[in-house]
Amino acid sequence: MQFTFTPEQQEFRGVLRRFFEEISPPAAVRRLMETETGWDRAQWTQLNAQLGLCGVHVPEEYGGQGFGFVELGVVLEEMGRALACAPYFASTVLATTAILNAATTAQKAALLPPLVAGETVATLAFAEPNGRWDASGVEATASEAGGKWRIDGVKSFVLDGHTADLILVLARRPGSSREAGLSLFRVRGDAPGLARRALKALDPTRKIARLEFTAVGAELLGEAEGAAAPFARTLAQAAACLASEMVGGAERLRESALEFANMRIQFGRPIASFQSMKHKQADMLLEVELAKSAAYYAAQAAAEDDPDLVALASLAKAAASEAYLSTAIHTIQIHGGVGFTWDNDTHLWFKRAKSSEVFLGDPAWHRERLMQAWGH
Amino acid sequence: MTEVTEASVRAEVRAWLEANWGPDQGLVEWREKLVDAGWAAPTWPKRWGGRDLPPALAAVVDQEIRRIGAVGVARTGIRTLAAATLLAHGADHQKEKFLRRSLTGEDAWCQLFSEPGSGSDLAGATTRAERRPDGRWIVNGQKVWTTSAHHADWGLLLARTDWDVPKHQGLTYFVIDMKQPGVEVHQLRQMNGHASFNQVFFTDAVVPADHLVGEIGGGWAVATTTLMNERRGADGVGSVGTGAAASDRQGRIYDEERAEVATVMEPYKWYPQRAGRVDLVLKRARETGKIDDPVVRQEIAKLLILARSAEWTARRARAAQAAGGPQGPEGSLGKLAASHVARAAARVHTLISGADAMLSSEDGPENGIIAEVLISVPAVSIAGGTDEIQRNIISERVLRMPREPATDTDRPFRDVPRNAVGQSRR
Repeated sequence: MQFTFTPEQQEFRGVLRRFFEEISPPAAVRRLMETETGWDRAQWTQLNAQLGLCGVHVPEEYGGQGFGFVELGVVLEEMGRALACAPYFASTVLATTAILNAATTAQKAALLPPLVAGETVATLAFAEPNGRWDASGVEATASEAGGKWRIDGVKSFVLDGHTADLILVLARRPGSSREAGLSLFRVRGDAPGLARRALKALDPTRKIARLEFTAVGAELLGEAEGAAAPFARTLAQAAACLASEMVGGAERLRESALEFANMRIQFGRPIASFQSMKHKQADMLLEVELAKSAAYYAAQAAAEDDPDLVALASLAKAAASEAYLSTAIHTIQIHGGVGFTWDNDTHLWFKRAKSSEVFLGDPAWHRERLMQAWGH
Repeated sequence: MTEVTEASVRAEVRAWLEANWGPDQGLVEWREKLVDAGWAAPTWPKRWGGRDLPPALAAVVDQEIRRIGAVGVARTGIRTLAAATLLAHGADHQKEKFLRRSLTGEDAWCQLFSEPGSGSDLAGATTRAERRPDGRWIVNGQKVWTTSAHHADWGLLLARTDWDVPKHQGLTYFVIDMKQPGVEVHQLRQMNGHASFNQVFFTDAVVPADHLVGEIGGGWAVATTTLMNERRGADGVGSVGTGAAASDRQGRIYDEERAEVATVMEPYKWYPQRAGRVDLVLKRARETGKIDDPVVRQEIAKLLILARSAEWTARRARAAQAAGGPQGPEGSLGKLAASHVARAAARVHTLISGADAMLSSEDGPENGIIAEVLISVPAVSIAGGTDEIQRNIISERVLRMPREPATDTDRPFRDVPRNAVGQSRR
């Protein structure tokens, strides 16, 4: 395992940081979060035209850049830092990765290039109103008749599900349970029988939707009833990616708290000169750095397809969840009354921290997963 | 001059080792050869037995020494801190006298900083050194928490030489001969029953003029170097060694190294317990059946996440340093992390042991090891700089936050309130 980034990766990070500072300042985040779509197609196109970000971890044969999960992790860390509003996690992390894991070569060749180019926005619909994040939560059914598949059921917590052009759906053979009988399908966003509704989300910077499928025609991806393993892998890779996104946001919060403490004068001196504040900042630095180490390690594990990835991704996700939320809470506290106002930007990150804490599984769930993955 | 590359270093040290290494020679004799060839401390300047190699290439030398099963230089105890400090601040005649012998292991060292009246506030030291007309320094006072003082040849001494200037400016750094009549060493018993440290009493002890390190009144800067190196070693990542001492390899030199390590490491034998014994957690949980308790499982997972993240963070700090970054305050981050790990481990051990956590020695779990964990962990967040001091260092040096207004640094040290204990001689 590498414990440093290469000079090229550091340079890549620098380019991304400048780019997102420019296109995603808090004012832009506030503008987009007030829209129902939650993102801007022109900006999305720019993201790809300038930096090719949608193809970072996609092999060159499918039009991608051929990098891996370490570089993807850097993108997510920088996007999390800037709280960039874009369907990147839905389309690039979840859907593109699911296609890479599950689809046939011919399907990849057909589906990936428009995703990589940013022309098509996709998402992965797997969770349901029961709120479980693994295969056991899938109740939606897929039935085949005369060579045609139809999907029935309800998906929830679908990232950008109400705006995506293409929806990958995890569904099961009627009567099957857990990992058995699972298949992955693709459905057009405007398919007949599909009712999409944006959910009222606590975190306005990340849009989620509820999708109701009533006899929706679907195309099978990969093998029928063979989706359990590719889905589990996608979930682990996505958890590692989410950990990177979260530590990026946590670090930004930590820095903003420090900046405020240095500037804010009470009792005739900057509050940063009080030991209670300094010790809190030191603890925040430690917690964020520990979570970053876990996220970087998980990204490496994903990049190297480490057999321990499930455990390491869960470790990173649990660590990042705790660190992000606790940093957000401290940052509000350090800002005092100002930190509880709408005008102060802290709540934007706080809400992302809160929704990310449970998205793809809360820390307790990931800790249990870690124990099981390590055979305990 | 030909370019020094990883391959060239590897080839050169390998050839040299093949020509010179053998287990049937004396430990010092072998280390003399390592020093003379420049392989003993490859990052050091050539003049002092090194080769001016960057850390990354020095690691290659380590690998080769290990590969062939050779013994390395003496790296245990305070001698590495002494060497690092003298390398940075010592006069040439001091480097000449001490550096080589620190590598060969001929000299043992101790660190004389903490006092009964100044723990976290090391710059408040009141051990006094007074210069006699003949240039010698006469030392009176008391130090405490001194590991290995009873078998040290030399001590790194921080003493007050001027009481009429602000506290940091009145300190001077000396190398003191521990084997002299004016130096008395007494053991100090700890709450866990061990006596790993000493109290050291100085009564008209003598330091020759040329054993002053750095400038008169410049002792604080020198002590800071020692402390930085100390904290760097407290990040939970084991130091690189030959590993020969732990093995059962046969040969005169291995026997001598084992004896050396055993002597130096004796005071540290409870240190694994102090760090929390994370390694025993899963075994204990399985043996007690607590591994099936969902609450215990959560706590174990939290501990493992913390421990692994701390280890990876230490590795990141070391990798950044190996890539050319300077030795900085990141060691403090590692030390604070190690404290968290130890405390979390003690909590989890208690949770797993239940009522048995009340028992010690042969009646206690793991033949008393768990009890020793529980009564040793409180030392982690104190020794080598308390957690609170680490947080000050992190906030001031890493985060660049302002210092608290001080009431002790703007006046002569003579006028600063002090602990009564620090003023008494015995």
